[in-house]
Amino acid sequence: MTARWPVLVLIAAFFVPALGSRYYTFLANDVVIWALFATSLNLLVGYTGLVSFGHAAYFGIGAYTTGFLMKKIGVPFLLAFPAAGLLAGLFALVFGFFCVRLTRIYFAMLTLAFAQIVWAICFKWNEVTGGEQGMPEIPYPDFAWLERVAAVVPSLGYRTSEYFYFLTLLMVAICLWLLRRIVGSPFGRMLTTIRENPERAEFIGVNVRRYELGAFVIAGAFAGLAGGLFGIFNRGVFPDFAYWTKSSEVLIMTLLGGMGTFFGPALGALVLLWLNQQIVSYTQYWPLILGTILVVLLFVFPGGIAGAVLGLWRRLSRRPASA
Amino acid sequence: MLEVRELRKSFDGFQAVGGVSFSVPRGSVSAIIGPNGAGKTTLFNLITGHLRPDAGSVSFKGREVTGIAPHDLCRLGMGRSFQRTNIFPQLTVYENVQAAYVSHRGRGWSLFERVERLFREEAESVLASVGLLDKAGEVAGFLSHGNQKQLELGIALALEPEILLLDEPTAGMSAQETRESIQLIERIARERGLTLLFTEHDMEVVFAISQRITVLHQGRVIADGAPDEVRRHPEVRRVYLGERH
Repeated sequence: MTARWPVLVLIAAFFVPALGSRYYTFLANDVVIWALFATSLNLLVGYTGLVSFGHAAYFGIGAYTTGFLMKKIGVPFLLAFPAAGLLAGLFALVFGFFCVRLTRIYFAMLTLAFAQIVWAICFKWNEVTGGEQGMPEIPYPDFAWLERVAAVVPSLGYRTSEYFYFLTLLMVAICLWLLRRIVGSPFGRMLTTIRENPERAEFIGVNVRRYELGAFVIAGAFAGLAGGLFGIFNRGVFPDFAYWTKSSEVLIMTLLGGMGTFFGPALGALVLLWLNQQIVSYTQYWPLILGTILVVLLFVFPGGIAGAVLGLWRRLSRRPASA
Repeated sequence: MLEVRELRKSFDGFQAVGGVSFSVPRGSVSAIIGPNGAGKTTLFNLITGHLRPDAGSVSFKGREVTGIAPHDLCRLGMGRSFQRTNIFPQLTVYENVQAAYVSHRGRGWSLFERVERLFREEAESVLASVGLLDKAGEVAGFLSHGNQKQLELGIALALEPEILLLDEPTAGMSAQETRESIQLIERIARERGLTLLFTEHDMEVVFAISQRITVLHQGRVIADGAPDEVRRHPEVRRVYLGERH
């Protein structure tokens, strides 16, 4: 059961533009990108037990990388996109080298400090990042060949934004598949031992710092890829991509969805963004409502939505057996 | 096999271990005893690299290993168990032991392989020898205290150690559990040709199975030798065995 439903969700997601609502496609695109961002963070929070408050740094670096390459140099998407992961991963390697030397709250604070440095650089380095004004009008990838196909097969006639949605979906699906493989790999198991008991992990021969750094780089690289997609989706890259509020947003999604499960954070992204859209149209007190949701969540469902659903499902499926 | 020379460690001016020397021959069963606060656990932590000594040296298999990291010592063939039970509570019993194999056999950096079937036979054979095979699928944190101790031993064995350091392996056990668990440890050490160094508060256990006993008192060695010598040692009788009468 666990192996199939992500594929079903993916197939269903491909039909969102067919609903004919630009708004739904827009929302779905947003959700898909944030799902990748949150899942990348969960590699640290949920699997390794490292709480990062500065994950937006890598999201921002990725967004600027892809944005800069595509807009200023005209590099095609297929190169500019992986470059986002590469550069974000590289920065994560440098920052992470220092961060993993600290534990718990000190680790969290240092990740935040590095993220704020990244933000400040994006904000001030006018020549490259466009400074405060950001980098507007990032071009869409070239879909000319798709449009030629669409000219022959009429039912494929979509807007560019919708083509981009399909592309996002494909890229995120590949990334999530890779991440899934990683958490199910021997490396992933080593990360879990660190989360569970770092002292004992050391004495089964795990070089804790090095593994933590490995997780940090991988998480940073995938956050960078999410950022690369987001810059194009957003039609522009701005310094606030790397701001601490973005870091906290993605952390909230991860907790809301449930850090104990692989797809929890993606679910969190869906719920948070959808709720945000819904509630903002009724009231201006979105932060108040978000706060309330979080309080309830932390006390009643510490495993997040996915944890609660899974617990319920287990209880329901066990009942007939014991009766 | 293991040689400790003039090891010292102080915490905020309090001398926990003050110049301890002893050696553990290959294939022997040795015990470190002493009253609470004698420095046994600190000494263990110094040997296994969890603490850095202020002075002195540790050599293992003829190689100077003072102050090297636990994960490196582990690779050299030193296994340990902890006084406070130390397992991976949210993993299953099987996964606990398997993780040790994955790490020890150097497969930890394999990113895209599936972990489930890796080292299944090895892990199951270790679980069988510590008597936990029937509980392989259970979540480790929910096991009884005695079972968790067995699991810890299993994890240590998965590292294919040459020497096993056990810090109070029977802490918190009933007399019956203690006897069973000591028999288990002794049998495993014999079967696998392990050198054993352990700390223990139960004197019956210590004198029953060890070939050498080192007695610590206030961070110093006051006696070191075969059980009979130690039993007759006047200072040991005064400071340690005396307390029990």
